[in-house]
Amino acid sequence: MIDFGFGLSRSSSVKLDEVDLGLYHKLEALEPGVRVCMSCGSCTSTCTAGPWSGMSVRKLILNLQRGKDVEKMLSCCMLCGKCTMVCPRGINTRHLILSLCRIYGKKQ
Amino acid sequence: MKERFAIGFDPFVLPFLVGMVFVLGYCLFGLFRILWQLPREDRRKFLLSLITPATALKNIWDIFCNCLLHVKLWKRNKMLGFMHSSIAFGWFMLILLGHLEVFIYCPERVHLFYYPIFFNYFVANNESTIGGAVLFFLMDFFLLLVLSGIALAMIKRVRSRLFGMRRTTRPSMLDRIGLYSLWAIFPLRLLAESFTAHISGGSFLTIPANWVFRQFLGNDLNLLPTWWAYSIALGIFMVVLPFTRYMHIPAEMMLIPMRNAGLRIRHPRKGFAKMQVLSCPGCGVCIDACPMSVQKVNIKDCTVYLNRQIRRGNEKRIEEISDKCLLCGKCEAVCQVGVEGPKMRVAQRSVRRYGLTPDFAAIDTAPLVQAAAAQVSKAAAGPKVLYFSGCMTRLTPSIGKAVTSLLGKAGVEFTWMDREEGLCCGRPLLTAGRIDAALALIRKNQEIILGSGASVLLVSCPICYKIFTERYSLPGVRVVNYADFFAELLEQGRLKLEKSDICYVYHDPCELGRGCGIYETPRKLIGQAAGIAEAEKNRAESICCGGSLGSLTLDFAHREVMTRKALDNLYGSRADAIATACPLCLSTFRRYSDRPVRDLAEVLDASTVSSFQP
Ligand code: SF4
Ligand code: SF4
Ligand code: SF4
Ligand code: SF4
Repeated sequence: MIDFGFGLSRSSSVKLDEVDLGLYHKLEALEPGVRVCMSCGSCTSTCTAGPWSGMSVRKLILNLQRGKDVEKMLSCCMLCGKCTMVCPRGINTRHLILSLCRIYGKKQ
Repeated sequence: MKERFAIGFDPFVLPFLVGMVFVLGYCLFGLFRILWQLPREDRRKFLLSLITPATALKNIWDIFCNCLLHVKLWKRNKMLGFMHSSIAFGWFMLILLGHLEVFIYCPERVHLFYYPIFFNYFVANNESTIGGAVLFFLMDFFLLLVLSGIALAMIKRVRSRLFGMRRTTRPSMLDRIGLYSLWAIFPLRLLAESFTAHISGGSFLTIPANWVFRQFLGNDLNLLPTWWAYSIALGIFMVVLPFTRYMHIPAEMMLIPMRNAGLRIRHPRKGFAKMQVLSCPGCGVCIDACPMSVQKVNIKDCTVYLNRQIRRGNEKRIEEISDKCLLCGKCEAVCQVGVEGPKMRVAQRSVRRYGLTPDFAAIDTAPLVQAAAAQVSKAAAGPKVLYFSGCMTRLTPSIGKAVTSLLGKAGVEFTWMDREEGLCCGRPLLTAGRIDAALALIRKNQEIILGSGASVLLVSCPICYKIFTERYSLPGVRVVNYADFFAELLEQGRLKLEKSDICYVYHDPCELGRGCGIYETPRKLIGQAAGIAEAEKNRAESICCGGSLGSLTLDFAHREVMTRKALDNLYGSRADAIATACPLCLSTFRRYSDRPVRDLAEVLDASTVSSFQP
């Protein structure tokens, strides 16, 4: 996209070359299921923590893929397991969340 | 009676003596270490319990029943029970009688460790006196008992199915050495005593054997080598004992008093947990019991392997095994020595370090409290019922619908605490080992429940029910499972059921059955509402549906195999439909079942005839 240097709204374009995908790749190694998410949003609609924190596994995965911060969402998950039960791709979302919590903020 | 040797010593006792000293030293050292690892208050509790007469008596009784007579094994399989108790009890009696003989005939030798064991070598007794004859008879009798047990053990090695076991563990190298030396001890004792019988006396076993041997081995030169062999077998067994499964013999004797003292697992590797690990003889009963064992890849994640890996210190496998388990509790239910597999795993999960800890401080419960309180206060006289359906019920809304419909029919006024929004009960966090986070959620829920002014908390999900009864502190609030609640309503005549002609097989949910000990009430209720059949494996041995939140790593493909296996068990009853009492079992079974699956509340709701008229 051409950047004119001014605009009505802030550009929300993501430059994938520049974002830090370190966390995402580390998570991929621990829970490869993260790759098959199709962003259907089933997890979001059932999430117990959603109403309080905007937690959504779909958004969490997207944010990771764009190198954005996920801490607030992540810290509200109650591990209730509903997202796992409804995920049409059979992703073990609880394991995904736990693995992410483990590697979060750790060096290398 | 006469002592054959004035010095009362022969070099052949040395192997035995070395083994004995080693094993005693090792066990005492281990015991002190484990006691040292216990938290201070637990140690106090344990030591106090040892000198409290009631628990001390119970300890002795339990040790007698479990370590010697193996009562629990008898209940499981007669052959297995006989095999173990004949070896353990027979051996114990041989040792006891040996000591008795020393006390009676040569009390000046009681300080010699080896005297009771090799009594017949050192002392020539006369079997023609009544005391001598009885003692000799008893010694031979118990030796025969042990030998019969050993014979069965040999058969079991080859054909374990005769003993009701499909799979057993493969013994390690050291285990084998221990096993073969154990097998050798008693035949060698028989040989040694038989060779000596014409000098020292004997009874129905040893005297005929002695007579046979003397027909072709006419001298006493064979005497000493057999005693040497006997002593060496004993020595080898005792030296390898601490590194083999036979460590369970001393460990279980300490585990029982610890359990009776009310200790709990606080650390996955230390103290009480360590004692449990050492007490596991690797019998393998938990392998057949474990729902994971339907697939070969998961067999090595059963509790017996957890114990084995902990003893070997294989950290990677310990982590894997701890995360995979469904925490269904079946291994604990069938375990003869009381190894708490699920609790050990949760303890292991709880020592893990995370980079991020859940934080629920931002959750504002005030609106929830207000909403609940406003509705509870509207209720007329009588108990103020607050209904908590739990997260999982959102995926099986039919349960909530049936429960509320039943409550309406019975004229019970109630408030549905998490109809719109609710918090998780905290149990999934707890089982994942994130204890602090779970406690934070528990506090939030307590605020809501206590703030609402309710006097009864009605819970339809057994997963929630378990944590509500175990971890919540709700003074003035009665926590009740819906099965119990509906049973009460039926008794009071507020609900009336008419038997339908459908036949249900009831599946015991892990959390309700093994978890909370509620087996009969749901059956009674279903029996009043419809026909009821039983599956082959039921009650405490019911098979987990495979959907359990306890497992952190099992994926759907693996779970499906378990679910189908559990369903096969239920289909075996030839019932038309399946009934259960847990939203998670319900949704898991519904995925794969070829016949209808209903919740207890749905079954009852469909059969309720009259509505309550106040
Ligand atoms: S496990 Fe966490 S993310 Fe998934 S539904 Fe429950 S609260 Fe939401
Ligand atoms: S339900 Fe599964 S596939 Fe759908 S968005 Fe959530 S994680 Fe992705
Ligand atoms: S854990 Fe219990 S059932 Fe399993 S092998 Fe050990 S003693 Fe046997
Ligand atoms: S708790 Fe259940 S799944 Fe876990 S090891 Fe025991 S029997 Fe197997």
